[in-house]
Amino acid sequence: MKILTEHIDVPGIETIDVFCKHGGYQAVEKAIKKMTPDEVTEEVKKSGLRGRGGAGFPVGMKWSFLAKPEGVPRYLVCNADESEPGTFKDHYLMWKSPHTLIEGMIVSSFALGANTSYIYVRGELMYVIHILEKAIQEAYDKGYLGKNILGSGYDLDLYIQPGGGAYICGEETALLESLEGKRGNPRIKPPFPAVKGVWQCPTVVNNVESIAATSWIINHGGDAYAAIGVGRSTGTKLISASGHIRKPGVYEIPLGITVEDFIYSDEWCGGIRDGHKLKAVVAGGSSVPILSAEMILNTVDGEKRLMTYESLSDGGFATGTMLGSGGFIVMDETTCIVHNTLTFARFYHHESCGQCSPCREGTGWMDKVIYRIEHGNGRKEDIDLLVDVAKKIEGNTICPLGDAAAWPVAAAIRHFRDEFEWHIEHPELAIQPGAVYMRPGASWA
Amino acid sequence: MEVKNTIVFSAETLELVQKIMKRYPEGKHKSAILPILHLAQAEWNWCSPEVMDYVASLLSIAPVEVYEVASFYTMFHLEPVGEHVIEYCRTGPCCLMGGVEVYDHLKKRLGIQTGETTADGKFTIKEVECLAACGWGPVFQIKEKFYMQLTAEKVDQIIDELRK
Repeated sequence: MKILTEHIDVPGIETIDVFCKHGGYQAVEKAIKKMTPDEVTEEVKKSGLRGRGGAGFPVGMKWSFLAKPEGVPRYLVCNADESEPGTFKDHYLMWKSPHTLIEGMIVSSFALGANTSYIYVRGELMYVIHILEKAIQEAYDKGYLGKNILGSGYDLDLYIQPGGGAYICGEETALLESLEGKRGNPRIKPPFPAVKGVWQCPTVVNNVESIAATSWIINHGGDAYAAIGVGRSTGTKLISASGHIRKPGVYEIPLGITVEDFIYSDEWCGGIRDGHKLKAVVAGGSSVPILSAEMILNTVDGEKRLMTYESLSDGGFATGTMLGSGGFIVMDETTCIVHNTLTFARFYHHESCGQCSPCREGTGWMDKVIYRIEHGNGRKEDIDLLVDVAKKIEGNTICPLGDAAAWPVAAAIRHFRDEFEWHIEHPELAIQPGAVYMRPGASWA
Repeated sequence: MEVKNTIVFSAETLELVQKIMKRYPEGKHKSAILPILHLAQAEWNWCSPEVMDYVASLLSIAPVEVYEVASFYTMFHLEPVGEHVIEYCRTGPCCLMGGVEVYDHLKKRLGIQTGETTADGKFTIKEVECLAACGWGPVFQIKEKFYMQLTAEKVDQIIDELRK
């Protein structure tokens, strides 16, 4: 079942003519000619579509929070600042099929009553910005954007805003600050963007994949979308698969397949690279807890774990993780968990905006302490120190970057404490190039 | 790279600047800082104080408003850089794919460390965080172009090509 990527490999799909030949812009025709904005919102609500950027908040509900005071413009801003390590699905979708996003932007803007919308794309993807700008011009030329779209009286202008290289701008209020031409410092909430967003006007911020999915929902109905998946995990999800697998890439899966199938089936990742064994997985982008091979494949009750929001988080953080952005990073037995955790800690240290002291100072501490463990200078008390610092960041910051920084460190220690201890007890072995601790009796040993 | 004496965009770019400023509501053209900084860096290779002052003058804002933004975002070079800035991804997934070894080779090949520029002014190496290309790692970026699934041999080819 493919919704977003069905035609992604069709030659020329980046052009509006080929895109339209494969059913493109029918959702715009249908929504604008035959539906009211409220009816569009209602279908999206019925679909059960949840925010695909990582938080998983129901999209239709987010839309219904949008304040609509008379005479005040409303905005839709697409969050295409994809920067969570392990995640490259939006990059892939916009690069290969820009009109999939643009069509969704028009449908969603119509539902929200926005007459100006922005796609905030991370600046590093400048080549993708050129692809999108070309596609937007085509949509203007065909009358899908601009004044009086399809003779309906509805006007919409769509612009691209480039970022400048800052992970924090993926946080929605930081993104809005950045769109206003400022440093990307997250805002204190409330007020929420739905009430006071960009330029203090009501604003909805949605991820690329969420917005792109709305076209199919309008074409086929919210119920049809909700029929895909399991329980509250409806529809399909783009999973960015990276690491030690045979076939890295972006896969659109129906939510509800087993993790085991996703890793080992030839339809998806194709299994672990030749001659190696699965050691660990970070299932939803760098910020979600890492799990060992045994824990990711099965829940604590011994059931096969599914690729759904609920099953991946089954057991809470003690034995579970999160679907997050769908950044699925697979590690085999050659992976040093301490080194991998160091790269993540360094990432969050680098990307902390510096506004809140627990995050600004704490990410630096975690980076430095893991660095010294990795480089053979760890102290006995360092592991407890890391746990303590992570605890003091979590929940104590304006935005979720603090949590995102604390979780991967806390989880690596929770599930691979022996590996950290080995580094501290045997520094002379740990600093050898390519040295990896092997847990006795582990499934990957 | 030599900075031109007079920092002024071409007429064509100035027209584009005017167009960009109209993307935002009346009076909110400060939003154009990032797009214009990108244009400026493409033109002058780095964002010198003179370049940032020029951007401020185009937007009729105080220079400090441009400095504080340019210094927040990692893409803007606030020091002179070489003709080709190689920005390699140092984050987890690229490291899993052998990134560390490939980048070590790159540094050896150019004889410089991260943050340095070759004596001929051709290359600067910078390390950056995740470039959203994890499935195609290791990755580096030179201006707008992504170079993916890098190996030591590929790095050599790319350097040879750019040296021509």
